[in-house]
Amino acid sequence: MNKIKCECGHVNPEGTVLCESCGKPIEGNQHIDGNDKKKLLNMRYDGTARRSQTYNKSIIDKIWSFFSSVKVGVWLIVLALIASAIGSIFPQEMYIPADAPSRDPAVFYEAQYGIFGLIFYQLGFHNLYSSWWYMVLIALIGISLVICSLDRFVPLYKALKKQKAKRHETFLRRQRLFSETNAVTDEEIQLIKQQLKNQKYKLQEENGHILAEKGRFSRWGPYVNHIGLIIILLAAILRLTPLFYTNEYVWVREGQQLVIPGTDGEYYIENKDFIIETYDKNDKKFQEAIVKEGGEIPSNFQTNAIIYKAEESSVPGADPDLTKIIEDSIRMNQPIQFDGYSIYQSGYQLNEFTNMTFKLHEVEDAEEKALGSFTIDLNSPKPEYILDNGFKVEISKYYPDYYLNDNNIPASKTNFPRNPAFVLLVYPPDSEEAEVSFLGIGKNIDATGENDYKLGITDFEMHDVSGLAVKRDYSLPFFGLGALIFMIGVIQGMYWQHRRIWIQPSNGGLLMAAHTNKNWFGVKKDIEKVIAGTQVNMVNDQQELDD
Amino acid sequence: MGDLTTISSTMLYITFILYLIATIFFAATIKDKRTSSKKGNAGKIGITITIIGFLSQLTYFVTRWIASGHVPVSNLFEFMTFFGMSLVLAFIIIYFIYDLQVLGLFALPVALIIIAYASMFPTDISPLVPSLQSHWLYIHVTTVSLAEGILAFSFVSGLIYLIRQIDQTKSSKRTAWLEVVLYSLIVFVGFIVITVTFNMMNYNATFTYPTGGQTLESNYHLPPIAGPNDGELLTKDANQPLFETPAWMHGADAGRKFNTLIWSFITGTVLYVLLRVVLRKRIGAVIQPLLKNTKPDLLDEITYRAVAIGFPVFTLGGLIFAAIWAQEAWGRFWGWDPKEVWALITWFFYAAFLHLRLSRGWHGEKSAWLATVGFAIIMFNLVAVNLVLAGLHSYA
Repeated sequence: MNKIKCECGHVNPEGTVLCESCGKPIEGNQHIDGNDKKKLLNMRYDGTARRSQTYNKSIIDKIWSFFSSVKVGVWLIVLALIASAIGSIFPQEMYIPADAPSRDPAVFYEAQYGIFGLIFYQLGFHNLYSSWWYMVLIALIGISLVICSLDRFVPLYKALKKQKAKRHETFLRRQRLFSETNAVTDEEIQLIKQQLKNQKYKLQEENGHILAEKGRFSRWGPYVNHIGLIIILLAAILRLTPLFYTNEYVWVREGQQLVIPGTDGEYYIENKDFIIETYDKNDKKFQEAIVKEGGEIPSNFQTNAIIYKAEESSVPGADPDLTKIIEDSIRMNQPIQFDGYSIYQSGYQLNEFTNMTFKLHEVEDAEEKALGSFTIDLNSPKPEYILDNGFKVEISKYYPDYYLNDNNIPASKTNFPRNPAFVLLVYPPDSEEAEVSFLGIGKNIDATGENDYKLGITDFEMHDVSGLAVKRDYSLPFFGLGALIFMIGVIQGMYWQHRRIWIQPSNGGLLMAAHTNKNWFGVKKDIEKVIAGTQVNMVNDQQELDD
Repeated sequence: MGDLTTISSTMLYITFILYLIATIFFAATIKDKRTSSKKGNAGKIGITITIIGFLSQLTYFVTRWIASGHVPVSNLFEFMTFFGMSLVLAFIIIYFIYDLQVLGLFALPVALIIIAYASMFPTDISPLVPSLQSHWLYIHVTTVSLAEGILAFSFVSGLIYLIRQIDQTKSSKRTAWLEVVLYSLIVFVGFIVITVTFNMMNYNATFTYPTGGQTLESNYHLPPIAGPNDGELLTKDANQPLFETPAWMHGADAGRKFNTLIWSFITGTVLYVLLRVVLRKRIGAVIQPLLKNTKPDLLDEITYRAVAIGFPVFTLGGLIFAAIWAQEAWGRFWGWDPKEVWALITWFFYAAFLHLRLSRGWHGEKSAWLATVGFAIIMFNLVAVNLVLAGLHSYA
């Protein structure tokens, strides 16, 4: 290590630009901060020796220098910005609308957006934010954050601790705010000191040299907020593990009780009732808006639910004993919470069929007198139903959500009983020959036209279904902590400024210089108040504005 | 309740007029300075009227809140209006810190344009859908809006800086881009002019159009150039649209909004060309001499400080509060919804801005250009994301 001894006697580490103690520019190092080409000194990191600017031999040095560069950091941010913007051009895969003709991404993007959609899909932009390269980009920003901060914080902290009130004259003359006063009295100096204290400056003195300083802690703001960001990025990694984050979705029918997925069979939920409410169309204040929206604006989605905890049953293999722990409503913005889990109202399906009751009668019978009747549970239909009078009805085909597909063949859109239809085989008593009937909502077709018996729907029951999201996220406190630290850091750095004023006796007069890391207007106002009532000259702004 | 709604609308109208008058007084401060050396009263009158205007807008806000029963930031009209109010608030505060009258001459017209633009969207009081029924609506939206008002202010001072500093003696890339910025603002003015004109003529053409399985009605207050996708014209004496709005423009009334956009560009272009013909100079060159008394380094500092002050507020409102609410409503604090993505982009952008300020060479003009781009991103998020990129936030 080639330590550099300044003429003031202070020994500086290799690569120092401005002496840590007196601020004198160290010869041979001025190009590092670009001071050689400018009148003013670059005060960004107080001219400290930064590792990235000093060592550039080994591969580690080079990596360190690369990531500690603000330029590289900004480029990474800009790349992330552009990538994020590209991903928002078309909806991400998860946001493909539910009513799209095809939700298959291979079909959807091209069908909806043409050639650009196809390119978007083929480049994998439909899952951009979880793509490996986007994550790598964010990770690189994370690395840059750590290295940038270490590279600057450590030397800056040391330098600000070591700084002395007595500064080299060049240091003062090459500050942005500077003035020279030829004659000054002791009373004036005393007044200035008092007024500095009134402005809440901390004073350091050495043989008549004065350093007045305030708000140094704001210099640490950027490093504090970077720590917050690192915590957030680490939390995001934790969240990728099932230990910290589970996410399930479950459909529960009204009246149904089932185990909550993702809870290892520990909790059960029962849907007592699903409620949807809309705003009153006759409500005067909302009337116009409701009409514009097509007459229906929902005001509430709600599932009345009971949560049970399962206790180990005393008999192995038997159903567990359930203890009711919560009975409450789940609404938008009001999830149910228990034992780290939260259940959110996320979707609904109205008017599914619970069961259907049929009766059998003779085709010829004008009064349609029932020969027998049976009820099909649409969520678990039996293969066959034996009627009291010996008739047997067999379910040959069941379409829970019936429609005619492109080839005009009956099919089921979903597995949910939203539009049930059946092909039923009716076996008269002691007969091996079955008659074929096709039944659905508003359909009753005799396939052969030779049936003696006819089935008819006499009754049905319906229910709603609640779509519930089940989440457990132990990473939230870490995100919260990161966000809190970030906010503290960013406020500390942005809303306070590190202001320093140097005063140096000079041939019966004095030199005055000032530096702040931001808000020059504010420090000038401070100085105006400090020199009020004295003959000391106001500082000149020597800023060289960049074009 | 109806009375309160009327009072509220009237107050907003009065606000608009007051800001307009205040702008004229701020314009007069420039004349003051040129003719006499002592400071005139125009600035004082200007700021007083601005404050009265702000109070009047606050009255609009409070009365509408009482009338609707929820904080009026729940649709695009209400949000944009509030955004304009935030910008005026930022102006009032900065005016008293820096005592710079010229800021008013630029900040108020930008606020005026934003408020007038807001009225492009339906102004009816609409009820809150279940996902918006949360006290986080108040907290999240008001903070974001305040932050965007402060950040927009960096654009105001940046714009003044650019007009003041860019060499207008010869035509260059910089003068051309500055004209683009000014032209964009004139497009918004064009929108106001054309809307007011046809409103006075009581123009109306009604369409029906299918969307998401329903058939909705859309009332055009400007002659249809672009009709709704698959729309059918009901009004008999109205002209048929020249073409249909493409299907990929989502959201309620996408056709009407797109049509208004086209009209704004046409009117804006006509206005701009007229101005150029009459003035025989670039707009920037015309304004430049008026700004010769402003100090560029002070403007640069205001640009930077507005970002420095606005950035933490934006982080808090636009990301943290947003995340907390999203967690409560959907169980995921971040979902890559287009509005969320663009909030992140805004955040990235201003983060880059703040980091660039660390390097030499990025102060002054480059900062001013960046502030302009930042404002464009904010406006894109407010306007285009709702119009073009459908998502959870595509209300109004």
